[in-house]
Amino acid sequence: MDKGHLTVISNAPVADRVYRVRLQGELVRQMTWPGQFLHVKCGPGIDPLLRRPISICDVDTDNAILDMIYRVEGSGTKILSEAVAGVEIDVLGPLGEGFPINQRKAGEHAVLVGGGVGVPPLLYLGKQLVKKGVKVTSIIGFGTSNQVFLQEELGQLGPVYVTTIDGSVGHQGVVTDIMTEKFGLTDDEWDVLYSCGPIPMLKALKDRYQLSNKEVYVSLEQRMGCGVGACLACVCPTVEEENSYFKICVDGPVFGIREVAL
Amino acid sequence: MKSRLSVELAGITLKNPIMPASGCFGFGREYSRFYDLSVLGAIAVKATTLETRMGNPTPRVAETPGGMLNAIGLQNPGLDKVVAEELPWLSQYDVPVVVNIAGTTTEDYVEVAEKISQVANVAAIELNISCPNVKCGGITFGTDPVIAAELTKEIKKVSKVPVFVKLSPNVTDIVSIAKAVEEAGADGLSMINTLLGMRIDLKTRKPILANQVGGLSGPAVKPVAIRMIWQVSQQVKIPIIGMGGISSAEDVIEFFLAGASAVAVGTANFIDPFVCPTIINDLEAWLDKMGVQSITELIGAGWK
Repeated sequence: MDKGHLTVISNAPVADRVYRVRLQGELVRQMTWPGQFLHVKCGPGIDPLLRRPISICDVDTDNAILDMIYRVEGSGTKILSEAVAGVEIDVLGPLGEGFPINQRKAGEHAVLVGGGVGVPPLLYLGKQLVKKGVKVTSIIGFGTSNQVFLQEELGQLGPVYVTTIDGSVGHQGVVTDIMTEKFGLTDDEWDVLYSCGPIPMLKALKDRYQLSNKEVYVSLEQRMGCGVGACLACVCPTVEEENSYFKICVDGPVFGIREVAL
Repeated sequence: MKSRLSVELAGITLKNPIMPASGCFGFGREYSRFYDLSVLGAIAVKATTLETRMGNPTPRVAETPGGMLNAIGLQNPGLDKVVAEELPWLSQYDVPVVVNIAGTTTEDYVEVAEKISQVANVAAIELNISCPNVKCGGITFGTDPVIAAELTKEIKKVSKVPVFVKLSPNVTDIVSIAKAVEEAGADGLSMINTLLGMRIDLKTRKPILANQVGGLSGPAVKPVAIRMIWQVSQQVKIPIIGMGGISSAEDVIEFFLAGASAVAVGTANFIDPFVCPTIINDLEAWLDKMGVQSITELIGAGWK
């Protein structure tokens, strides 16, 4: 973890209001753990003042190249979307605890479940899992057809199922509803499930697997201040101990599904 | 040789006037991964209450132009854990610790002050009076000169170290509060705490903060802090730790000119974890540029 500058190589839309920025710089060589994030200063000056936590989507450590995919939601991401090739971006990172993958063994089957801008970190995760000989199946959900991204790249790692709320691409519905019903993916067919996406999606996963013995991880998002654990802005209640919090920025963003209250 | 940046605050010598502000630096652990905390003039640690505090529900922060609103709600591990774990950990650094204390009754405050002021590396107490007083119908200690003075008096009776009273800017006449706590024995003032503010989300039509309202900090509040320090420093004899939107050496100089004798850097740590050492490095050059031998020459130079 450090603070440094990365240079924009490209920055272009990949879906409706969704951009993919490619950055290069020495700091990228530290980004070996999928699921970590960068705390990004979207532009110079004091407005917007705070950094924006953005997940790491893909990393080429040999060439010190990093991809992030983000949706333009407010003033910060709007400014970031206007950064052209050659611009230097001030980032802090890599931050947080990523997806646990050290215990994974060749021949296992991992399911990656993503929704919207929760999909990006699953790409780097999927690539590392495949490298370990783990079979990867992705289920990704979006609102409608023009919001879909990463379908092809995830498809290079294994089967990809797409869902959209309006049914304009793939199956209509949300990922958790139709995992088994439409994709025939029964729980005994996989060893671990990694997910990142909107809270309702993660809640549905929690309801489904809370009492099971399945290994399931969720990556959480929250408004952040410092990103390093000092300001206590991005907390999340723990399940284990009453009146106790995790800090999403340093204890997470990835948690075991039975660790956190959603 | 005495450093040009060295300042004295109520008998405490600081090697430079820069400290991270309470609530923006935890108990130092997080930022110790970035640099050696011994470079700091002092450290003001997270507000400590008698009991463990869970804080408010999330979202706890919202951004504003040049600023941020926070409603963390004084989440902290409580007096016993701070004394047993956090302060001993900090003692490895050559840096005076300013402990911010908070409570809901005078008795709570007194117990925290008495115990914590006996810890070896605690150099001073910063009395957070921006808390509701549950015994007085929830009125904030810091918005009434009489209540603020009474609390200060009680804390002064038990504290073994100097007491800095952290003033709330959410008052009509901050000078009267400042004079009241000086009269009551305060050794210094910290000013300003955050300004009460609010934001509403257009999509949900509801406040962004779960607590609805929060404290505004960051560059947006700097002019308010400068004005209040300017007014108060001319009316009191005790030193002022200035804070409110400081993020550069230039800001520090401006606070000194207004009347501060040291400063605390808050929100800026979130944007740049290295901001405190950077400011310390930049200050010397500013003294050269201004033809000043010691930074103490600048205290109140704006109105003297």
